[in-house]
Amino acid sequence: MKRDLISITDYSKDEYLEIMKLAAEFEKNPNQNLLEGKVVASLFFEPSTRTRLSFETAISRLGGRIIGIADPGSSSTSKGETLHDTIKMVSNYADLIVMRHSLEGAARYAAEVSPVPVINAGDGANQHPTQTLLDMYSILKTQGSLDNINIFMVGDLKYGRTVHSLLMAMSEFENPIFNFIAPPELQMPAEYKMFLREKGIRFFEHREFTDIISEADIIYMTRVQKERFSDPIEYEQVKNVYILRNEMLAKTKPNLKILHPLPRVNEIHTDVDKNEKAYYFTQALNGVYTREAIISHIMNLK
Amino acid sequence: MKDNNKKKLKLKVSAIKDGTVIDHIPTQNLFKVISILGLDKIENQITFGANLESGKLGSKAIIKVSDRFFEDDEINKIALIAPHAKLNIIRDYEVAEKKVVGVPKEITGIVKCFNPKCITNHEKMTTRFRVVATSPIALRCKYCEKHTVGDQIKML
Repeated sequence: MKRDLISITDYSKDEYLEIMKLAAEFEKNPNQNLLEGKVVASLFFEPSTRTRLSFETAISRLGGRIIGIADPGSSSTSKGETLHDTIKMVSNYADLIVMRHSLEGAARYAAEVSPVPVINAGDGANQHPTQTLLDMYSILKTQGSLDNINIFMVGDLKYGRTVHSLLMAMSEFENPIFNFIAPPELQMPAEYKMFLREKGIRFFEHREFTDIISEADIIYMTRVQKERFSDPIEYEQVKNVYILRNEMLAKTKPNLKILHPLPRVNEIHTDVDKNEKAYYFTQALNGVYTREAIISHIMNLK
Repeated sequence: MKDNNKKKLKLKVSAIKDGTVIDHIPTQNLFKVISILGLDKIENQITFGANLESGKLGSKAIIKVSDRFFEDDEINKIALIAPHAKLNIIRDYEVAEKKVVGVPKEITGIVKCFNPKCITNHEKMTTRFRVVATSPIALRCKYCEKHTVGDQIKML
């Protein structure tokens, strides 16, 4: 039976750890010709430069060949072809499909239609599981473990799919603590808080940055987007509240690392970049190793 | 007065020898029930009544199908639109068995996902939901993973 990766919860804790192990191997030795002779379709129905480049780098380092759509305006979709038909056609050509789509559930549907494995590279506001796995790899690498991690999630916790998936995945590990820092309009949704309560996992909610971040092992920053606010005045009031500046890191733990799924706009001041606790660019590089690991796992190459 | 109504009802919807009587259907969903059960595509004798008086529903509909018996998973498909429906299985003019509708674990087709950005609202495809709660009914879309709850539930 073929294996896909559509939602982070499709995988078990053991599989997360298996992928982490493989990612560490690829970090030591990124160029391995495991995909030699294979064709991978990279279907970006919605543009995403960072994720696409990361996947295509991973495929290239594995020696695979890439066919694909990078500019949806020029693709068959704009001529009115259904997703079903596009996937049917492409799955005849390729051994693996990596896809991003603006509609939620598109990847799950593609996986049903396609006889070859599908990796979800983001479906609307729903899921982006490879981001979550690279976030986990970054936590494991910098903290030495995925157990006993105190994670601060900051910014847009309502719509941010990366924080939701990371919350679900980290809840599989021992004794996590979550701290949520968000404006009232962008709080962590009730269903996730209920999920944590049911699992007996501790979490705390805050309206702003305070000295409390001195307890953090990980600060996970996200972008607060203007278009999320129904009232522009509210945005103006909060837009500068969720900006991380270097001086705020003075009393934080030595093992603290700052993560961000990127792109950053202004929520992490550039003066943080030179701080050794800034980890977001390395985190992006970890994405290549993690995606090599995911592809190898799904294709049974290792 | 009540007895009179009962007599009238009997006159309006004649008895059947063998088959199934589906009672306590909300009138506005009568034709949806007919369509979901595929009664519009069979050749059995069917009589139905709508806008009948009902203490429970205000107005109810009833369907009588001759020589047709339903499996539980077939009949459970109407749970979302006729949750209080009661079935009488008739053999030789007598009620041989009574059944109530149960909410199934999964719903395939029938319901529309309420998320406008869900792929099911953009492709010609079958919707699929897992029933995650029953009162009110909450459905989790297999595709977009969003919950469609209570009044948000709309039939296709």
